[in-house]
Amino acid sequence: MDIPALIIEILSWASIVTGSFLMVVSGIGMLRFPDFWSRTHAASVGDSGGMILLILGMCLQSGLTLITVKLIIMGIFLIITGPTATHAVANAALVTGWRPKTAEDLEPVKGVPYSDLPEPTVRGE
Amino acid sequence: MRTILSALALFGLWLLMSGIYKPLVVGLGAASAVFAVYMVRRMDRVDQDHLKIPLNPFRFIAYAIWLLWEVVKSNVTVTKLILAPHLNLRQHLFHVPNTQKSELAEVIFANSITLTPGTITVETEGDAFWVHAVSYDEGDHEALADMDRRVTSIETGAA
Amino acid sequence: MMFLVAAVALFVTMVLILVRLYAGPIVYDRVLAVNAFGTATVLFIAVLGFLTGRPDFLDIALLYALINFVGTIAVLKFFRYRALGDIPQMPAHPGEER
Repeated sequence: MDIPALIIEILSWASIVTGSFLMVVSGIGMLRFPDFWSRTHAASVGDSGGMILLILGMCLQSGLTLITVKLIIMGIFLIITGPTATHAVANAALVTGWRPKTAEDLEPVKGVPYSDLPEPTVRGE
Repeated sequence: MRTILSALALFGLWLLMSGIYKPLVVGLGAASAVFAVYMVRRMDRVDQDHLKIPLNPFRFIAYAIWLLWEVVKSNVTVTKLILAPHLNLRQHLFHVPNTQKSELAEVIFANSITLTPGTITVETEGDAFWVHAVSYDEGDHEALADMDRRVTSIETGAA
Repeated sequence: MMFLVAAVALFVTMVLILVRLYAGPIVYDRVLAVNAFGTATVLFIAVLGFLTGRPDFLDIALLYALINFVGTIAVLKFFRYRALGDIPQMPAHPGEER
């Protein structure tokens, strides 16, 4: 095996293994984090880092072909829509009255939109 | 002019996506590109909504590379936070002013905040965002103001 | 070989997300889990295409990415307004009629 191919092989191994690791970490975070607001951050680890690294690894594996073009289109689409969807979920939660908890040592900022709504209760749990 | 360019762009996308270059398939692609552009022109008579991209492409690419590096750094931070044996979250919802002129640049700024793990744009109001951070520290304001300056500088007409 | 690693990791992630999807507790947790599950599924389909040597799977993955985004937004819009078409007038505080 010549040197450039070996380098590409090593790089794609590295990025795919790191991306897989980040995806599992985001799954663990989804389970470990205590409330909805922190879980959005755990989900965004897989949405940004894991997704970018896995797609980069697949691009390196397929070389300069149409497959790479499709993967890049897919990556750009996911980069744009992932944060938009996360923002939409968080915004919907805020609009219906769910407030994030502020850490004990911090002063909550005044004037949060929709803060006059009552805090909803969890139903059926 | 716009019409011909968008038809060509759609046709190029078709060629890239299909990967089959038989006359029939390429002809179908050309026909659908022309049809899509025709429909879009008909719609344009209904609403006069044109997409303008007031961005400097070279600065945008430089910004994208910088943003990828930020994503890497904050991924490491949040991964450490998730895998730490004892969860020490420091959640906070705070106000981040933005200085972009065009809506597109505002969207890029808000999406950049959300794309970096650890911070999420929750609500936009006027010329400021509400941002939620999972492990807040006082340096976050300065980091987000730096990102805001960088996004503003990719707009055309900016210094 | 490396795609096998990625496929197993994505499968584990999807199972973890499914547990969160079942546990809730609030409805937005579930929407978030569905969205993250969709991203994992897109990558899983793409990896599966490489694993079986059939790159046509990428088209399916691309299509799934499109549907996943539109589906999430549609579900959120339905929760907020209880309607999917044109909204006659937007309530100032949509949460009040919850």
